[in-house]
Amino acid sequence: MQTQSLFGTETDINTLMGKRKRIGLLWKVAFLFSTTLAILFLILLLLTVIDSSFGYVALRNEVEPSSLIAGKKSVKDFSRAELERVAATNLSSGILRRVEYEKPLEQRTGNDLVALLEQYVIKPKVLKTWGLWDSLTHTKAIDEYSRSEEGSYLTFKSWINAEFFLADQSADPLHAGIRTAFLGSLWIILITFLFAFPIGVGSAIYLQEYAQDNRLNRILQLNIFNLSAVPSIIYGLLGLAVFVRAMQSFTSGSMFSSLTDATANGRTILSGGLTLGLLVLPVIIINTQEALKAVPASLRMSSYGVGATKWQTIWHQVLPASGERILTGTILALSRALGETAPLVVIGASTFISVDPTGIFSKFTTLPIQIYQWSARPQGAYRNLAGAAIIALLILLMLMNSTAIYTRDKLAKKKRLES
Amino acid sequence: MHEQTAHPFGKRKRIHERVIETTLFLSAMLSILITVGIAFILIRESYLFFSDPDVRLLDFLTGKKWQPMIGLFGFLPLLNATLTTSIIAMALGIPIGLFVAIYLSEYASDRSRGILKPILEVLAGIPTIVYGYFALTFMTPLLRSIFGETTVEIYNTASAGLVMGILVLPMIATMAEDAISAVPKELRLASYALGGTKIETTFRVVIPAAMSGLSATFLLALSRAIGETMIVALAAGAGPKLTANPFEAAETITGYIVRISGGDVSYNSIDYNSIFALGLVLFLITFTLNLTSRKISSLFHQEYD
Repeated sequence: MQTQSLFGTETDINTLMGKRKRIGLLWKVAFLFSTTLAILFLILLLLTVIDSSFGYVALRNEVEPSSLIAGKKSVKDFSRAELERVAATNLSSGILRRVEYEKPLEQRTGNDLVALLEQYVIKPKVLKTWGLWDSLTHTKAIDEYSRSEEGSYLTFKSWINAEFFLADQSADPLHAGIRTAFLGSLWIILITFLFAFPIGVGSAIYLQEYAQDNRLNRILQLNIFNLSAVPSIIYGLLGLAVFVRAMQSFTSGSMFSSLTDATANGRTILSGGLTLGLLVLPVIIINTQEALKAVPASLRMSSYGVGATKWQTIWHQVLPASGERILTGTILALSRALGETAPLVVIGASTFISVDPTGIFSKFTTLPIQIYQWSARPQGAYRNLAGAAIIALLILLMLMNSTAIYTRDKLAKKKRLES
Repeated sequence: MHEQTAHPFGKRKRIHERVIETTLFLSAMLSILITVGIAFILIRESYLFFSDPDVRLLDFLTGKKWQPMIGLFGFLPLLNATLTTSIIAMALGIPIGLFVAIYLSEYASDRSRGILKPILEVLAGIPTIVYGYFALTFMTPLLRSIFGETTVEIYNTASAGLVMGILVLPMIATMAEDAISAVPKELRLASYALGGTKIETTFRVVIPAAMSGLSATFLLALSRAIGETMIVALAAGAGPKLTANPFEAAETITGYIVRISGGDVSYNSIDYNSIFALGLVLFLITFTLNLTSRKISSLFHQEYD
């Protein structure tokens, strides 16, 4: 016998409950699926980058090694004497003079000579490249391609290698590297730090410790939150108009000395660093404010209690207590600056530059800009280079962030021991 | 001097304390100067742009062609592409981001939250240029293999928009989780007491209660998508085009600014001034969105504090 209630019979209620629970389960699956999807995106992103950093390359030599020394298929098979003789006879006179000037052929190592011959005589050209996945699964198709192309041969190349880190930006994808871009990035970050850290921390101290709750300070706070959400490209426009153009004599260094590189036209490391400094300033302010907020009020009160002034309290109590958090927040802000591309492109970072930056008035390129340039090219090999450069950038970012976390933990530990 | 010795316990004048406070105040004022600087530069260069005899404000706002070479400056194609990519990004980022947030705050155990949140942080910390590369080398080939190479162009707004959705996803998830977690526990318990299931509580009580925080999040994400540059610069294509088809190439406002300034553009040329006029449009749109978002979220904080 079914019990009748206000909400219908028991079966009615049970079916309804079942339905409601099923709906609940379906949604739970949807939530879980979305979360999995988010993780999947991250994995796919990393796999895409890794995939293009390794793989087969089809090459064709301009000059075959067998035509230089009969019967030898690779330069590596040449004997020492053969290497020197071939280099002396086949290098063009201009290159030979330059090479001899750097270091005479006789004194060079065998590997050095092989590299010389490959770069200037054999001149392998990239016909086609494959990603890691294709290289592992479509070997047959790759072989067929290689056979169909007259005189081509295959090698498995890791695009990320020692030469890649040490070489400058070359027009030849086989010998291009990121040294110039890497140094540029470091210089830019240095300027950004020197500019934004003191001002950012100073602003945060003012807002957190001194500011009364009045109209002006509320506007200041609102303005900082707004600035942190302004698109980075707008900062690029600001940097272009102010640092590159209006302050050209300052940012190009011509104000101080006539010896600086005049071709930079204000598009220098100084301009780039200052632009990114403005960009990360609100981030540093907000992070530092959070760090200061975490310092308990009792610490300030006891400092005042023993007669310290406001600044003495801040300098001797508040800042040491929040130091590691401020540092962590700053490093995170700087790692954002390290990955920024758009503002630097807008202020006119050099697109092709093979000379290392020597100071703050040098022209520059950075890792993200290098990645942008290489990705934008239609040729396949540059995509591989971009992938390798992304790995380098991500490793650098990871190092910075783990340094931040490590420093924070170490300082926290030290503090625990002291107390 | 004499007065100070007369009151040994009185407040002494400490010059350096005043100096430090003033210095700190001035550094805080620099942020105002940045905003004023941005506004001043954008307005001044835009004024130069609109005072050019070739440019009329009405044509700028309603013109359907952007071809500076022949003096056509209608910004609708650029705006259209910006909106297309942003809407696609929101269509992907909002539901998934919201679902992740609901999962994190309502369902996940502490342990899985401890794993998932760092993953979201990593995703959020990846530079946008990497996302651009991902759009170009993964998303575009994927779309082309699904819809056919004839339908999907090599550069298209769909690919850029989808990847932009992935870009804003961690931001939406993190901020939405904050908003959802801020809803007091009592509201949930009251719903359970009335017989609501977990999902009913989530959708009919928690989400409506967190709505202001969530809308603030969505507005901020939209602002981020509209201002996003490197993804569209790499994947959406060069050349302004007024099209409703997301599989065609079309240049966005930010894409145009980057392309023009990336080349050697001479000062005081119409090209140079035009990127500032577009920058002004971009700034006004994002500024309004950010301010509205801020306004909504401060209302929300008052609700439960």
